Amino acid sequence: MAHESWGKWIRSTPARVLYEPRFDDLILPYGLGRSYGDVCLNNGHTLLDTSRMSHLLAFDDETGVLTCEAGATLDDILQVLVPRGWFLPVTPGTKFVTVGGCIANDVHGKNHHRAGTFGRHVLSFELLRSDGARIHCTPTDDLFRATVGGLGLTGLILTAQVQLRRIESPAIVEERIPFRSLAEFESLSAASDATHEYTVAWLDTFRTRGLFIRGNHASSPRQIRRPARRSRKLPMAPVAPFLTRATVRALNTAYFHGTSRAHPKPVHYDPFFYPLDAIANWNSVYGRRGFLQYQFVIPEEQGMQPVAEILGRLKRAGSSLTVIKKFGALQSPGMLSFPRLGTTVSMDFAAGDELLPLLDQCDALVEAAGGSVYPAKDARMAPERFRRFFPQWEDFRRHTDPQFSSSFWRRVMQ
Amino acid sequence: MKVAIIGATSGIAQEVAKLYARDGATLFLVARDAARLDPVAADLRVRGAALVETFVTDLRSNHAEVAARAGEGIDVVLIAHGTLPDQRAVDRDPEAQREAFELNATSVIALTAHFANLLESAKHGTIAVIGSVAGDRGRRSNYVYGAAKAAVHAYCEGIRNRLAESNVSIVLIKPGWVSTPMTAGIKQNPLFASATSVASGIQSAIARRRTTVYVPGYWRWLSLVVRMLPGPLVKF
Repeated sequence: MAHESWGKWIRSTPARVLYEPRFDDLILPYGLGRSYGDVCLNNGHTLLDTSRMSHLLAFDDETGVLTCEAGATLDDILQVLVPRGWFLPVTPGTKFVTVGGCIANDVHGKNHHRAGTFGRHVLSFELLRSDGARIHCTPTDDLFRATVGGLGLTGLILTAQVQLRRIESPAIVEERIPFRSLAEFESLSAASDATHEYTVAWLDTFRTRGLFIRGNHASSPRQIRRPARRSRKLPMAPVAPFLTRATVRALNTAYFHGTSRAHPKPVHYDPFFYPLDAIANWNSVYGRRGFLQYQFVIPEEQGMQPVAEILGRLKRAGSSLTVIKKFGALQSPGMLSFPRLGTTVSMDFAAGDELLPLLDQCDALVEAAGGSVYPAKDARMAPERFRRFFPQWEDFRRHTDPQFSSSFWRRVMQ
Repeated sequence: MKVAIIGATSGIAQEVAKLYARDGATLFLVARDAARLDPVAADLRVRGAALVETFVTDLRSNHAEVAARAGEGIDVVLIAHGTLPDQRAVDRDPEAQREAFELNATSVIALTAHFANLLESAKHGTIAVIGSVAGDRGRRSNYVYGAAKAAVHAYCEGIRNRLAESNVSIVLIKPGWVSTPMTAGIKQNPLFASATSVASGIQSAIARRRTTVYVPGYWRWLSLVVRMLPGPLVKF
């Protein structure tokens, strides 16, 4: 397996890949490489592949507490525990991520307004430091708060305890409601966050319209068919040249008209949460140069104006996929956690040099609004920008392990 | 169902064990390293195994004890331990070649022999042994490993006919390249299969009491071609 990042834009070669920890070189734990930029890369140094530390160690059917190794994948956990009536407390948009990665990036999902980030549901973990110490960390410890969202820099998470949530059925009752302005999105969001556990909106940035997607776990046991093939690789190289502004625009229009659904309908959780997982290598559609994902958050008190302005600036860059969501007020537990009360937008762009100054301008707008850019998605933000987005970095740095580092960390600390 | 797995921490064995655990089987796991076996056993309990017993031993010896400890009522034995020596490193090291042969052939044959006796007296059960396409032809790039697997192939073929009289099956599995820790040092190519897909092929071959199966199935044809090649052409 190639140890690259999902965006493929940053080229990086580790000096070596280990499967068991050894601390004679700067090291970084590597899960499934689904972060987009360089937080999962360690150019010229050592990567510690955690795929052999992926065992589920204990599960309590009464309390829903799962103990697993850090390399355990959400995909595996779902396959084993959904049939027994349990679901992840928080899930990002792909199930091909590890529990260690979910903690290290303090990931969020469509239920942020109800459940907060993944780290809020982690009861404890064992952290191996390069001096050989194995430290049991619980939410009140500083080292816990540093490790949650800590980008793998505080040591190697060996095992973690995660609180799962009960479900009655693998079905999600889903609605997909069209909207035609950001104001409409806001009012749909405000109404739905009170009634729905999962909310997110897909945005067609070519015409400022979108689909507001909301859902709840089905409340009664019901059978629902899982899609036949769970994940397949498709030959993407022949498709890549056709990914132009015109086709992306047409695809957005087709998606807007083709997938709206006025009435609630039960769907399997897999296509609801993980539509892109159906194509195992969708990131290859952007060809050799890869792509950049830009995700920022604008604090709630700033309203939608900065969001609209950034969307306007990026309109001509032609985002192929844009998602917008309101984060709730629940406090993120990590020192470097990204989510906070406000509006978050994530956008995918085919990589290109002309994009970089444009994203720098957007960073300035985000900073002026007191917001932040998500490290898990980032491949290019300026070091001084990172430090202003995350003023806690100095406090965080006191907890990092001297033998742990990453391409991202060296980039933003230079 | 009771399943004994020898070499239970191997990449392929772990995936096969997960399938049996999901079906609620009782598992008897044998491996060399307790620190590696413990999380594997815990994992299989979470996945639904009715009972998981473990036995830590060096598989180069203690073969009789392994079979004795597995106890009665065994339905399936999977013999999956082995090591893939770096051929270039052992090319001029006869002692290393002998060691690799002993683990990959002698110990596999000894364990198969002990379990054969056990199942023969019970007149019930299936022994699945992991061979390799590498055993189908001696090749420059892995002849030590290939020779051991060829010995296992011939042994299985012969003992199968003895055991048939007692309703005991021998299933010989011949995987091609599989993405596991054992092959981590080999550059991946499109013929590599995942351990999960190979595991389901193994489980179904056992259920259907097949004699010899290639997993994935296309190796049957690739191997046929490689076996047909005239000797002077097999320089790889």
